[in-house]
Amino acid sequence: MKRAFYWLIPHPLLTLILTITWVLLQNELSAGMLVFGFILGILIPWMTSVWWPDTPKSFHPLRMVSYSFVVIWDIIVANIEVAWIVLTVPANKLKPAWIVVPLRLRQPEAITMLAGTITLTPGTVSADLSDQGRCLLVHVLHTEDPDSIRDDIINRYEARLLEIFA
Amino acid sequence: MTPQIIGTYIASLSLIIGSGFVLVGAIGLLKFNDPMTRLHAPTKVGTLGIGMLLVASVIHSFDIGRPSIHEFLIMAFLFVTAPISANFIAKVNIHRRACETPPDPSHDTTWSTLSDDLDEQAVETK
Repeated sequence: MKRAFYWLIPHPLLTLILTITWVLLQNELSAGMLVFGFILGILIPWMTSVWWPDTPKSFHPLRMVSYSFVVIWDIIVANIEVAWIVLTVPANKLKPAWIVVPLRLRQPEAITMLAGTITLTPGTVSADLSDQGRCLLVHVLHTEDPDSIRDDIINRYEARLLEIFA
Repeated sequence: MTPQIIGTYIASLSLIIGSGFVLVGAIGLLKFNDPMTRLHAPTKVGTLGIGMLLVASVIHSFDIGRPSIHEFLIMAFLFVTAPISANFIAKVNIHRRACETPPDPSHDTTWSTLSDDLDEQAVETK
């Protein structure tokens, strides 16, 4: 039974996401749309699996949900902080900084998520990856203490991502 | 106070907050003079600004009795793609030396944008 399930749906989570995306795209919830979305959800992962051979072995969706809430909250706070900096700090008083974040994450998918999170949150943009992928270069808009921001990224986001892909 | 009126008020409030954030993003783009700092304002403030405008759109659609949740898809795609374009702009800045040269990485030899022996690496990884 389990083998038949995984033979038909090798990527259950991706199938679910694609089905939901299709229903949202149609803007109506009917049985026909649901079935068609489900068919697309099976066909698209099957057809594109050639291009992503090394999928992460494990993934914890529930931890992902709690991580999303943390990130959304941080985005709202960060937006207000950055808006405040833009409006109050004069351009010549700005203290931008580069920070180097050593990575414990190894999977490309996890590093992509970390980089995306960093770009979306508190005045930071992820700029580059080192040539072997063991360090992430982050640009900070305005900071007095670059080290605390680096520790924040490691403790707040990377630790959670390590658990998600554990 | 009927639900319609409350909905209209919430939608208007979201519109005002959203457009405020978009305006701040535009101000940041004009105000800062370094390419890397200019990158910050639109990528950050833009996401919440556009997010609030889309929330207003969803509330209004429910308000007039034709529910639409397309907007959540726009938001999802925006949140997935915004970091990628920001990353590419940052890479171009580093590559063209348009900003301060970043410090060396603590573990590896150099940053992937600055390394010029890409062919050697390709051989190594094979």
